[in-house]
Amino acid sequence: MPRTFHAMSVLLAAVWASSIAATSEVLAQANEQFVPMLVYRSGPYAPNGVPFANGYADYLTLVNERDGGINGVKIVFEECETGYATDRGVECYERLKGKGSTGAAAFSPLSTGITYALTEKVFADKIPLITMGYGRSESVDGSVFLWNFPLLGTYWDAADVLIQHIGNLNGGLDKLKGKKIALVYHDSPYGKEPIPLLQERARRHGFELITIPVTHPGVEQKAAWLQIRQSRPDYVLLWGWGVMNSTAIKEAVAVNYPRERMYGVWWAGAEPDVLPAGAEAKGYNALALQHSAGQAPVHADILKYVYGKGKGAGQKEEVGLVLYNRGMINAMLLVESIRTAQGKFGKKPLTGEQVRWGIENLNLDQKRIGQLGLAGMLQPLKVSCSDHEGARHARIHQWDGTKWVFVSGWLEADSSVIRPMVEEAAAKYAKEKNLTRRDCKVG
Amino acid sequence: MFYREAGQFKTSYGADQAVFPIHQDRIFVALWLAIAFVLVPLVSSEYLLRAILIPLLILALAALGLNLLVGYCGQLSLGTGGFMAVGAYAAYNLCVRVPALNPFVAFLLAGGVATLVGIAFGMPSLRIKGYYLAVATLAAQFFLDWVFSRVAWFTNNTPSGSITAPPITLFQLSFDTPVRKYLLCLTILALFAMVAKNLVRGRIGRAWMATRDMDVAAEIIGIRPMYAKLSAFAVSSFFIGVAGGLWAFVHLGSWEPLAFDVNRSFSILFMVIIGGLGSILGSILGAAFITVLPLLLNQLPQWLGVSMSTAMISHLEAMIFGCLIVFFLIKEPLGLARLWRIGKEKLRLWPFPY
Repeated sequence: MPRTFHAMSVLLAAVWASSIAATSEVLAQANEQFVPMLVYRSGPYAPNGVPFANGYADYLTLVNERDGGINGVKIVFEECETGYATDRGVECYERLKGKGSTGAAAFSPLSTGITYALTEKVFADKIPLITMGYGRSESVDGSVFLWNFPLLGTYWDAADVLIQHIGNLNGGLDKLKGKKIALVYHDSPYGKEPIPLLQERARRHGFELITIPVTHPGVEQKAAWLQIRQSRPDYVLLWGWGVMNSTAIKEAVAVNYPRERMYGVWWAGAEPDVLPAGAEAKGYNALALQHSAGQAPVHADILKYVYGKGKGAGQKEEVGLVLYNRGMINAMLLVESIRTAQGKFGKKPLTGEQVRWGIENLNLDQKRIGQLGLAGMLQPLKVSCSDHEGARHARIHQWDGTKWVFVSGWLEADSSVIRPMVEEAAAKYAKEKNLTRRDCKVG
Repeated sequence: MFYREAGQFKTSYGADQAVFPIHQDRIFVALWLAIAFVLVPLVSSEYLLRAILIPLLILALAALGLNLLVGYCGQLSLGTGGFMAVGAYAAYNLCVRVPALNPFVAFLLAGGVATLVGIAFGMPSLRIKGYYLAVATLAAQFFLDWVFSRVAWFTNNTPSGSITAPPITLFQLSFDTPVRKYLLCLTILALFAMVAKNLVRGRIGRAWMATRDMDVAAEIIGIRPMYAKLSAFAVSSFFIGVAGGLWAFVHLGSWEPLAFDVNRSFSILFMVIIGGLGSILGSILGAAFITVLPLLLNQLPQWLGVSMSTAMISHLEAMIFGCLIVFFLIKEPLGLARLWRIGKEKLRLWPFPY
């Protein structure tokens, strides 16, 4: 017994000492930029988290191997497992935020819940959050949300594009009157985000919105789909993540709901979601956050410079899948922001504050997108103080049994509907938190 | 050699009944308090304070509350997460709807709300015991999860369901730096631990322990089961409610109902079991074990220089942690507090083995 006791106390003392030491342990030499990665490679959301993380890591490795870093500054990145849990995400943030010679460049938590928790902390720590395609919808307003960047689109944009597309299918938004649209959503901040916009659109165009929550992690959906079977909506919007998506499609098969009338958000439209249902998933539609699966010149570079040298984070076969591409584009946006910031602050490792300036002044035109090897995947993007999104385009792609095929042209979210909602919500947040708003007209 | 109480004579009943009657004990506790209040804030990094010590202190408070219920009164409860949620949402609503209210008063009132809810869900304990009561409290956990998800009033009608705590200020002093938050949690834990220690040594604590050991016999000798059991639920829920308020306001800052789900209930129950049922110190040691060990296991590969994918680290962490719990409970089923007591006994005889 005393031995166990002795061992225990030695263990606890070691924890203490090492924790004090570990935080000062720095891997960077002078000329390296530290990029933290919050990932989930385990748990119910891992099927979608893994390809995203691999795409992100591979792009950063590509920049190091092919270009020698960003203007000579090599990128050093470290992963931390969050398991999609908010408290672990907060712990990972605290662990990684001070690493590197200048601290973390930016965080991309890939979780709306963790984003909400970190939004409070980044004000004090001065590190930007890039929440590409998720996060708080009102954080588009940069005069209030100085540190949040929901690049490429938010959930209000996603819901808006879906309604527009459904309207197009029916010959106009006014033809939606009397129709029933059901929203099957993950019962978390992520799933609840689109509801205000859908309610606004329902009010404007006269369709009935049925909201059906599904408890985390989303494996129990029999009751939800029974409800759908009884109410027979014209369209079902799926706002799921992780195993909830594949379970939803399998349940839709079970209740014989036509997959052609199902529309998933851009986080419910990837291979791990449709492959488990097999051939039955054919016809399922989803939003494409500008890009879909597929190969572009950048993928050839990744296969050559990253996998060719054995430094790939995942499997070669994964390169070019939907979520892999998304992780890759997320990393690209960070790299280009750092490059923009280096243009002003010098070709050296940058602090979070300087990277923030870089993201806010990010301007990717068609030419630059082509130079990066992403032609055809992205629209031009311009971020500004009042517009932390940069672009709000999307397309719809459909699973044909073996691959994703685009079934719509470029759609743009309607700012006339969304912007007033964004400004109202942002003003409410500023008032609650007693924040002084920046004036975006000044610098 | 060091721990002998030879030569320490008590000259009054008060001195004999002191919480720490032995002189060396008092010095030891004073030393630990000095380290905790003075040394730790000075030498700790921000990561250590924010990610390790503050969650440890708050969960130790919750474990303390649960230990009063499970360890001292013998009423098995799986509703801890739900009661923490009640404390958190009550504190949030009080702060948001009554802006003039002092946050500390809000925490205490939130504890009071959690007390009322705890008493309500403790009523089944008057009829059922053991595992059946565990299921009834599990129902409380799920019900409270559902209520805070569905009833928009509790989240101030936020569409996303994720709410942010207002900052804690007291007379212009804002508790926003890690050191201040740490000292706040430590003070509250120390005060509540003192209250708990005195409760369990008094009439109420003895009533609880009698109910735990043999409730029929306790009833026969005149301990009213309703008062004993419901007071256990009340005090326990108060502690857990305040811990929930602290968890939400001080540690998370911004949370959704998932932060207080059934896994939180289980982890606090494990803290109580590993730490030692029926022991105040045990709650704190158990909380340290359950909070710190996974973090240590998670960062160990990096310190040893072994490179592994984060998924592998995560899985290994879960496996090793589970194995350690099993091994530990086989070796010492009565928990860490028992190990400590055995240690003290050995210290009395040291350097002699017997």
